[in-house]
Amino acid sequence: MKRTGAEIIWEVLLSEGVDTVFGYPGGAVLPMYDALTKYPIHHVLTRHEQGAAHMADAYARASGRVGVATATSGPGATNLVTGIATAMMDSSPMVCITGQVSGKAIGSDAFQEIDVTGVTLPITKHNYLVLHADEVAPVLREAFYVARSGRPGPVLVDISKDAQNEITEYIPDTTPIKLRGYRPDLRALPEEIEKACELITESKQPIILAGHGVLMSGAMDELKTFVEKTQIPAAITLLGIGSLPASHPMNLGMMGMHGEAWVNHAIQEADLLLSFGMRFDDRVTGTLETYAPNAKVIHIDIDPSEINKVIQADVGLVGDLKYLLQKLIPALPDLAHNEWLDCIENHRSQTKENDIQNKLPDDILFAAHVINDIWRLTEGKASIVTDVGQHQMWTAQYYHQEEPYRFITSGGLGTMGYGLPAAIGTWFANPESEVWAIVGDGGFQMTASELSTCAQEKAKVNIAIINNGYLGMVRQWQEFFYEQRYSATPMHSPDFVKLAEAHGLEGIRVEHRSQVEDAIKRARNAEGTVVLDFRVLPEDCVYPMVPAGAALHEMIRRPEQAVKSGGGK
Amino acid sequence: MISNNGNHANKKTMRTFAVYVENKPGVLNRVASLFRRRAFNIESLTVGHTDEEGVSRMTIVIEADDTVAWRVEANLYKMVNVLRIEDLTHVPIVSRDLALIKVKANAENRAQVLQICDVFRAHVVDVHPEALVVEITGAEDKIEGLLDVLRPFGIIEMVRTGRVAMARGSATPSEAPEFVSAALPVNGKN
Repeated sequence: MKRTGAEIIWEVLLSEGVDTVFGYPGGAVLPMYDALTKYPIHHVLTRHEQGAAHMADAYARASGRVGVATATSGPGATNLVTGIATAMMDSSPMVCITGQVSGKAIGSDAFQEIDVTGVTLPITKHNYLVLHADEVAPVLREAFYVARSGRPGPVLVDISKDAQNEITEYIPDTTPIKLRGYRPDLRALPEEIEKACELITESKQPIILAGHGVLMSGAMDELKTFVEKTQIPAAITLLGIGSLPASHPMNLGMMGMHGEAWVNHAIQEADLLLSFGMRFDDRVTGTLETYAPNAKVIHIDIDPSEINKVIQADVGLVGDLKYLLQKLIPALPDLAHNEWLDCIENHRSQTKENDIQNKLPDDILFAAHVINDIWRLTEGKASIVTDVGQHQMWTAQYYHQEEPYRFITSGGLGTMGYGLPAAIGTWFANPESEVWAIVGDGGFQMTASELSTCAQEKAKVNIAIINNGYLGMVRQWQEFFYEQRYSATPMHSPDFVKLAEAHGLEGIRVEHRSQVEDAIKRARNAEGTVVLDFRVLPEDCVYPMVPAGAALHEMIRRPEQAVKSGGGK
Repeated sequence: MISNNGNHANKKTMRTFAVYVENKPGVLNRVASLFRRRAFNIESLTVGHTDEEGVSRMTIVIEADDTVAWRVEANLYKMVNVLRIEDLTHVPIVSRDLALIKVKANAENRAQVLQICDVFRAHVVDVHPEALVVEITGAEDKIEGLLDVLRPFGIIEMVRTGRVAMARGSATPSEAPEFVSAALPVNGKN
């Protein structure tokens, strides 16, 4: 059948199972947007292309399907960049379709022309420039395949305007894609799996480091079976939250810079690290010279270039985690590590007593109270989307997530402004689910214009602004390491309740601890999006904290007097 | 941690890789961008066609230790347009660099220059009353040697290709593997 390049874009998207795209129209995508009217695909008009990219990214993380973002050439495409980089750092499968000026105008500095394949080369898994209609279908199919296979990532397809207008013969193709130079399904050698089993069996103090790879591979059941069979406890990375239910006795909690103290101590004392789909980011290791000094390392990753990148592995296993765990589980005997687990439990009980939840003498509203109450009332099962900063770490610490794919956050890139658009994308992935955006007053204002998208789409997102009047995490570093010179971190914000109301949404202000529970209940029961402005203690800090350059166990702990004096100093 | 289990000899040496890539627009840019992004230092990079249509071959020389060399290989493997990689560092190879050298030579000293070229088995490819263009192929140190002795005459300009290399013997490079080892090569062996 005869189709224009623009029509073929939507034909291929339909055949890939896409029903929702996030985007923003413009000159170089006019043919594509015109063709859209003929296809049953819902287009979410965002208020900025960055929002579209974050929505597509979060949609992918929450649903396991490839997210799609569209934008016009030039500024439309460059506005996607932050969102693409975010998806790249967190291995989120996304296809971005951008318009390009006509083929004959390329290179002439035409209006809204930018070399977007050049710009995005280092921040995409792969990208393509399409100049003819007959290339649209094969390239887009390839783009989806590359985005979701192996270690997933964002793929950008730049399609010139004349290619969108050109008419060509379109024959739907469903044959499996094979690319000569692309090997997403590498597998470890059997003798290396044997060697891993030996190390695991010999180890007295092993610990699992479970990362995003568990979720990307869908290996949650295998991880559960593995920890139960081997009695090896699991520490979780920020993006690994949900890979094992928080209430599982073998789930120790989050590791790293703001990880739980007992988790970091356990890693430092371990004699074997089992790294499952995580990449030893500097935020989880502390200084490398003193990291897990007595531990051997088994590193499992689907991406060969991650192994030996940061930490020298004694055994490196390349491959899909689910497949490798299925090989490892039957090859291992039932194990017990009672002494080791007692040792960790001892660390844990010492720390738990010191928790802010047990220490409150008055009505001061801590961020931890808000997040703890959201967790309690939603039973750890809501989809939680965060922005970046203090509230993100508090959410990781106090929202004990039970379910996979329900903790969505920008980990690797740490993109402020991610929270609200990502929450909208998460809601579109499953409109029946309960979605909470937990954001700071700073990050929220970076993409607050997407409130308007919420209203237009009648999306139901509960937005909890942890409002402390500061860029809190930067302020915390200034407090600890720059003698409390709060350079450019105090922040004035608009009246968030009125802002919500201006968008036709409900807004609730909460200033006292006693009001938190009611406000959360009201938001949950409301039909549309609700903005909750939680006025929390301005100068609170995230504890524990591993300062830059320190060993993982050398944490700054919450001072005793912090609660009484009402300040974080 | 890397320093803790120091069973790998991490000495920086010159490494030579033969990299087969799809002959598509932008592939050279992708490879070069990877080296820049990951802070791998390229000593030399050459690229040209192979006898297989649509496939180009790069010879890449880097100065790296075992760990970095392994990372270079793994990162190249990830690229969609890269078909296969051969690490030629630890196998017997034939490697050549080619240089064209324009050197000052007049009636008085031309014979002397020609004699030097003869010793180095370099060919004169252009003669001018005041200059010669000399072509030399060989290992880098041979070219350096010729340059050292020609320099006193006055080198007007020079161009070099960078190293091209190939394994000796009859073995064909292996196609895409299904199973891979993530073990670092110890002393050059897998």
